[in-house]
Amino acid sequence: MEQESLTILLIEDNLDHVELIKRGFQNHQIPNTIYHVADGEAALDYLFQRGEYVDPEKSPQPHVILLDLRLPKIDGLQVLKEIKDDDVLQQIPVIILSTSEAEKDLAQAYVSHANSYLVKPVDFGKFTQLMNDLGFYWLSWNRQP
Amino acid sequence: MEGEALVILLVEDNLDHAELIIRSFQNHRVVNQIYHVTDGEAALNYLFRRNQYADPEKSPEPHVILLDLRLPRIDGLQVLKEIKADDELRCIPIVVLTTSEAESDLAQAYEHHANSYLVKPVDFSKFTQLMDDMGFYWLGWNRHPCL
Repeated sequence: MEQESLTILLIEDNLDHVELIKRGFQNHQIPNTIYHVADGEAALDYLFQRGEYVDPEKSPQPHVILLDLRLPKIDGLQVLKEIKDDDVLQQIPVIILSTSEAEKDLAQAYVSHANSYLVKPVDFGKFTQLMNDLGFYWLSWNRQP
Repeated sequence: MEGEALVILLVEDNLDHAELIIRSFQNHRVVNQIYHVTDGEAALNYLFRRNQYADPEKSPEPHVILLDLRLPRIDGLQVLKEIKADDELRCIPIVVLTTSEAESDLAQAYEHHANSYLVKPVDFSKFTQLMDDMGFYWLGWNRHPCL
């Protein structure tokens, strides 16, 4: 368990969900910083350090990526594919965080090597607990190079 | 969260570790059943339903695979590679559970699409807590389409 702040890249277009996720991580036992982008194109620009995201101080490489599936401009599955096709970026855990429980979405996400697939709970208490558990699991227990 | 027992395939040759893992899952808040194999060849036979593992009633498809890296006969990384190369099996989450913190093991595991990589804590209570958190994450929260 490190004391430095761990970085999460949140890719989510629904601003209510963003608010909820950010709040869930605000008082998390693992110190963290969330960087938020609202569409798939911005997500890829961020990760490949293009455009406004060239400065690694301002746009640090995340320890974990939370990825919604339905996104403007470039779809979440396409974003996932491009991350997992890149030799360096593929090492970052990508957690799908979606409202969809469709078999097809689940299957496609795993085929494209999502590390995990979570369905957003509708219940507020459960949502908060999920943020807590997911943060602790990926930021504290899970190891990456 | 379902009432039926969720299936874990544990691939581990160290019997002390296996004992510890099985014990931690015994009173887990998620009802589960652990199937244990002790080498890489048996792991692949189990998953591809060969030989003694042909009967899906006796060797059900797991919801999650806990995979040690250093294994007799077929190495853990090779097991990982073969599972993730299979169109159907690749959707089963594989959690690497090892004593190795070597950068090269971490990098290779992710290269072969391990879903997660965990280092076994030496401290007993931490070990138990990891099993609890990990079990709940993969069996309670995570979804996958294989079954």
